[in-house]
Amino acid sequence: MKEAKKLLEIRHLKKSYGDLPVLKDISLTVHKGEVVVIIGPSGCGKSTLLQCINGLEPIQGGEILLNDELITDGKVKWSRVRQKIGMVFQSYELFPHMTALENVLLGPLQVQKRSRQEATAAAKKLFERVGLLEKTGAYPRELSGGQKQRVAIIRALIMEPEIMLFDEITAALDPEMVREVLDVMLTLAKGGMTMIIVTHEMQFAKAISDRVIFIDKGEIVESAPPQAFFTQPQTERARKFLNIFSFE
Amino acid sequence: MQDLGINVLFQGTNFLRLLGGLWITMKIALISVGISVVLGIPLGMLMTLKNPVIKTLTRIYLEFVRIMPQLVLLFLVYFGLARAFQINLSGQLSAVIVFTLWGTAEMGDLVRGALISIPKHQYDSGAALGLTNLQIYLHIIIPQTLRRLVPPAINLTTRMIKTTSLVVLIGVVEVLKVGQQIIEGNRYTAPTAALWIYAVIFVLYFIVCYPISRLARRLEKRWKN
Repeated sequence: MKEAKKLLEIRHLKKSYGDLPVLKDISLTVHKGEVVVIIGPSGCGKSTLLQCINGLEPIQGGEILLNDELITDGKVKWSRVRQKIGMVFQSYELFPHMTALENVLLGPLQVQKRSRQEATAAAKKLFERVGLLEKTGAYPRELSGGQKQRVAIIRALIMEPEIMLFDEITAALDPEMVREVLDVMLTLAKGGMTMIIVTHEMQFAKAISDRVIFIDKGEIVESAPPQAFFTQPQTERARKFLNIFSFE
Repeated sequence: MQDLGINVLFQGTNFLRLLGGLWITMKIALISVGISVVLGIPLGMLMTLKNPVIKTLTRIYLEFVRIMPQLVLLFLVYFGLARAFQINLSGQLSAVIVFTLWGTAEMGDLVRGALISIPKHQYDSGAALGLTNLQIYLHIIIPQTLRRLVPPAINLTTRMIKTTSLVVLIGVVEVLKVGQQIIEGNRYTAPTAALWIYAVIFVLYFIVCYPISRLARRLEKRWKN
């Protein structure tokens, strides 16, 4: 096990929509440099969990700490916390009225008040890293789904976040574009980025993760290293879920 | 001896009179559009609220103005107010009131549509970057709303310019009325003038409306996403 420091700590998180409980009692610790993959049937609350972590959804109980700082007490300014938490969504939501470069620069210029010159240089470097240097001037409508999603990733990365949240970011993509996006994430993982990934790509989960969390009906059912989880799931629910993806 | 109808156009100040009539048309339309935009934006924002009372009231207003023919509204304001309350409004003022009532309703509906068509994810993506609510509106929501709003708002302007031809019926002398006067005045000397005069009026309307609707189409294309 890694001896890294705790980056994100979720304690007894409860979340409900009205009377409907979505997350029942989630406790989860993510260490620096760790890649955690969350899987589970749709509607199990995994996307909601990510949205709670950066305050897009209010929570009804429990607490979340980032770098040992309590971020869910209502006193912390989310706009400051969110700079440290990068998030990429399923439906590639670039801002359609801005070019790819302007999309990426919005955060550094408006939120972090960095200089245009420095931010542009940083952005160009990131565009190059994901192989989109020639697309900086393109509008989102001129990009493919995979390209848009890569721009969305660097839009989050340029803020120099300490942790990245990925919410099923390949789910809406055509199959041949999934790979290019997953490759970017693999490179990030190798570079030591801390990530929480919600995905349905089981092979990818196996390859990228340090730990797999299986959530069902709003609670963590299993938490194990990928090898153990995919070969010997401990619970009946996890076995049933994994069976959906095999064709034996 | 008979003149060719077209010559009527160049007798005296006839052509200038037609242009003067066109100016009245444009004045009524543009003043109404201007006020409609100013009033329509807050109305549209009100219409996105969930409050059932506001929803019902704005709905009734919108449907009433839409279902009523503009001509009936013009008569109601011009003749109706005078009869019922002894309020004597000039034809032009009545026209501006009616077209503003109509334009505000249409504009409000356009603003409402533009606002609710921005997906929630746009707000979330902005928030996830750490933008404040004000920054989200300033950089993400308002620019997109405007882009969706401007083309249909321009189309509304052309519709309004054309519909002002109704104000003839409450005695406003605009381009169509001037044309009729010229035709009447030359009935015996140039019986074929009608065709020519109406053709010129057609061209005048076209010259005014075509660039506007082209502009709308160009903006729509440029901002399509």
